[in-house]
Amino acid sequence: MKFEPVIGLEIHAEIQTHTKMFCGCNADHTSLSDPNILICPVCTGLPGAMPVLNKKAVDLSILVGLALNCNINKTNIFARKNYFYPDLPKGYQISQYDMPVASNGWLDILEDSMESKQRVRIRRVHLEEDTAKLTHHENYSLIDFNRAGVPLLEIVSEPDMHSVEAVLSYANKIKTYLRYLGVNSGDMEKGILRFEANISVRPYGCQELYTRTEIKNLNSFRSMAQAINYEIDRQINCYDNGETIPQETLGWDELKGKTYSQRGKEEAHDYRYFPEPDIPPVQIDRSWVEMISSHMPELPDAKNQRFIDQYGLSIQETRSLTSEKDIADFFERTALLSSSPVRTIYNWLMGDFTRQINERKINYQAIPVTPENFAQLLDLFSSKVINDFTTKEILIEMFNSNKNVLDIVSEKGLHQISDADILAGIIERILSENPGQVKQYQAGKESLYQWFMGQVSRETKGKSDPQVVQRLLTEKLKVQ
Amino acid sequence: MELSNLSVRKAHEMLVNKQISSVELTSAVLENIRRLDPKIKAYLTVTETHALEQALKADIRLNAKENITPLTGIPYALKDCLSTRGIRTTCGSKILDGYVPQFNATVVEELDKSGAVLLGKNNMDEFGMGSSCENSAFFNTHNPWKLDRVPGGSSGGSAASVASGLSLFALGEDTGGSIRMPAGFCNIVGLKPTYGRVSRYGHIGLVSSFDCIGPLTQDVYDCALVLQTIAGKDSMDGTSLPASVPAYTSSLGKSIKGLRLGIPEEYFQAGMDEGVEITIQEAIRVYEKLGMQICEVSLPHTQAALPVYYLILFAEASANLARFDGTRFGYSSNHNFENVVDLLIQSRQEGFGEEVKRRIMLGTYVLSSGYYDAYYLKAQKVRTLIIEDFKSAFEICDVILAPTCPTTAFKIGEKKQDPLTMYLSDIYVVATNPAGVPALSLPCGFSEGLPVGMQLIGNHLSEELLFQIGYAYQAETEWHKIHPPII
Amino acid sequence: MDFSNKEFSSLIDINAVHYIANLIRLKIDDKEARVFSHQFSQIIEYFQKLTEIDTGDIQPANENWAMNNIFRDDVVKPSMSREEFLNNTPHHDGYFVRVPRIFDDR
Repeated sequence: MKFEPVIGLEIHAEIQTHTKMFCGCNADHTSLSDPNILICPVCTGLPGAMPVLNKKAVDLSILVGLALNCNINKTNIFARKNYFYPDLPKGYQISQYDMPVASNGWLDILEDSMESKQRVRIRRVHLEEDTAKLTHHENYSLIDFNRAGVPLLEIVSEPDMHSVEAVLSYANKIKTYLRYLGVNSGDMEKGILRFEANISVRPYGCQELYTRTEIKNLNSFRSMAQAINYEIDRQINCYDNGETIPQETLGWDELKGKTYSQRGKEEAHDYRYFPEPDIPPVQIDRSWVEMISSHMPELPDAKNQRFIDQYGLSIQETRSLTSEKDIADFFERTALLSSSPVRTIYNWLMGDFTRQINERKINYQAIPVTPENFAQLLDLFSSKVINDFTTKEILIEMFNSNKNVLDIVSEKGLHQISDADILAGIIERILSENPGQVKQYQAGKESLYQWFMGQVSRETKGKSDPQVVQRLLTEKLKVQ
Repeated sequence: MELSNLSVRKAHEMLVNKQISSVELTSAVLENIRRLDPKIKAYLTVTETHALEQALKADIRLNAKENITPLTGIPYALKDCLSTRGIRTTCGSKILDGYVPQFNATVVEELDKSGAVLLGKNNMDEFGMGSSCENSAFFNTHNPWKLDRVPGGSSGGSAASVASGLSLFALGEDTGGSIRMPAGFCNIVGLKPTYGRVSRYGHIGLVSSFDCIGPLTQDVYDCALVLQTIAGKDSMDGTSLPASVPAYTSSLGKSIKGLRLGIPEEYFQAGMDEGVEITIQEAIRVYEKLGMQICEVSLPHTQAALPVYYLILFAEASANLARFDGTRFGYSSNHNFENVVDLLIQSRQEGFGEEVKRRIMLGTYVLSSGYYDAYYLKAQKVRTLIIEDFKSAFEICDVILAPTCPTTAFKIGEKKQDPLTMYLSDIYVVATNPAGVPALSLPCGFSEGLPVGMQLIGNHLSEELLFQIGYAYQAETEWHKIHPPII
Repeated sequence: MDFSNKEFSSLIDINAVHYIANLIRLKIDDKEARVFSHQFSQIIEYFQKLTEIDTGDIQPANENWAMNNIFRDDVVKPSMSREEFLNNTPHHDGYFVRVPRIFDDR
């Protein structure tokens, strides 16, 4: 019997506002390691403390809902989700139950080919507050409330994904969207973006949903892929052996490469939801939605299409550019200012420029090179004032210092040597100093050509115009 | 004249005229506490040093004639459900014994700013659960009129302290009669303001939808003065009303002729003690004499108010008390635990009293899956009907009159056995909180030597009107001037 | 123990009481459970009266507030100091709140 996987994803994304969801404490808890510093009576659940809603969190949740093609629900009511756990100071989490911010949305994934492209439906997007952080030791546990109360967005998909590829495509897209919207940095390692997968399998063609398991603590795309693959196989094996799958929550053991059952799950989850009496309802009217909508940046899908149409790039190329809004913006700004061909800009940006960024482990917000500077550099290259070797050198220098391109070029005398007479002289000297290699080349050892090129380059400290050199070298190497 | 029996208004006059100092006044009241509180037991914590320090500061202000408010230098007490920075706050429960808040409730901040002098924290039924002050984890408070009687609850300590000159005013909290009932039993004035009129930030909450903080005073004028200081929008409390605060004393003394007094037919059917009924009827005649029009109104869902009230109370209390888990603050069980769940269970087990346990278990039950619709949701729907009842009634009348309690103060231990009977005695006070409307309880006579209280219930934000009518009644009667023999 | 006695055959049986106690993190023994079961049943029976009231399509009061949209600006306010917070904490190490080992996963 052939089985197909049926997978849904639940995503928890911290909304990166300045303050927490219900109090004025600083929400930037990942940039410090000092525990219990960003706290107050509200987020530590002290008696008498009361929650007041952060408007910015609501604004951003509407923005996300719109980006995910959802209906924004007019009446929003917060609810208490009641349960006991040491990282939940009030003994309940303020969340949303049957009146969330947004619902019934969708996202298209796997658009590389028309065959694989599909739509994942998004059931709901709602607001809630994050819990405190726990660390466990042999016979005690420690609690840090810095994270308690940080605003959280929960995005729940329908179980519309049927392969690990689909899941990764969806997860990556959500992450990209959240970064584009400035809502979340996408950092999974720090737990700022968290994924939980709901997995079941069923016979191909069957419409019914079989029992599902839930896997938590997936803190990288790699572990997500591994865990889901493992679980799919495990479930199929079970069914093949005539066993049943109990509904349970599983953890993923990275080292063992296995899912495992979590203790204490026999207790039914009776959360006893009821509307939060300390928070009046939120009415989101059309003008509020329109105001948020007017601040929507161009999203990746639209940007991709526009890049294809406007710049004549391939879909793969646009994908790499639009994977981050910062990259796309940098590219566009450079393209606007530069007279170089688009392909040149693309190659240099995705090539050496990206290499420099990766080596220095910085992001686009922190680079010392402006699009203006980069455009200038590329233009010098395109008009052959400098060759590619020199261009690379200057680029490195631009990253090291804050200097202007033209200054660097003139300071270092890096102008390309294109003068045929000068180059001819250099070439003749090299050939006369290396008669053996000349004879070998003329006898058929064609690989020596590159060697000669290298010698010229060394002699000119990389400034020679490669096209001119090529022409002259070829001519002079001809058997006389 | 006994300084500790001064009204706030009179004391203020004397302070401003330098006939007395705040230190003198505060010392007199502290002396009274030393003398009488061992019998009455209104206080859980007396902050003598702190009080005298504040009194000294108040005197400096008064001497410099700077920034003087009607409450500057006036000694007061707080029900122990209000957070006070640096001062033990127990909410009447063992589970908070030793808890010292690091912040003030907003109302406490307001009183501090006004220069009032905090004497200490009053005893109460544990977490406000009770109407007799017999459910405190520490001890019972005694009614100053007859020491073997209850003072009412849950703000029993606060009422007893004002009634016996152990504070010139107090703040209590009313979830379903908790200010009004003790005010009625102790012969003082108690106001449950409109829901949201006074900030709840820092109040150790029981029922978020119903809890109202309000003044307990010797007379209506004082009540207006105190409300003036504590009312207003608070950015820390999302449910506090944005409506501006009027000058509450400006309506006092105006005629109440022509105003309509509604008598709800459902309140005057079987149930009231004969002595109480007679006293209430006499009060109605006083209002008639003052020119009010007496008319009949109906609050058809009166009977339903009780289950509505208790269902919502149980549910919200069960959630509000979930934060008491022995980990971050408060009582933590002493044993060595290997597992945190055991610590939680044991701490709550040892820290909560029986009534608290009963109520939070019931609350959990009514919210649990399968029962939510039938109980909690249903209660919220019927609550809408109760709100409609009051709305309709206020189209026919300006204010509603009701007894505060069907009986006078009962004996300590008398009603404790049967929880259901205890609940039934709340009938006149529990409809107001689900409706959010304000209600003023004032003394209206005696029955067999014990005080009888009556309520004036008004529409949302009608405190001015309630004060006006109450003041007129007190100008015509002397009940509020009578003090318990013990003092 | 025989729970078939009519007095105790009630709306909320002993097992339900134990279940509720567990949910709310309270510990009760069988004797207490029986007392609670009896008391609760009386109270709940009284509350059944509500079901007799026709509420048709009336909106629940807690979904219909006089005011809506009460917010806070996204501006950082001073936090409580760790010392102040830990002042009331039964067990801590000066930095973290300390509790016995947490075994159950979320």
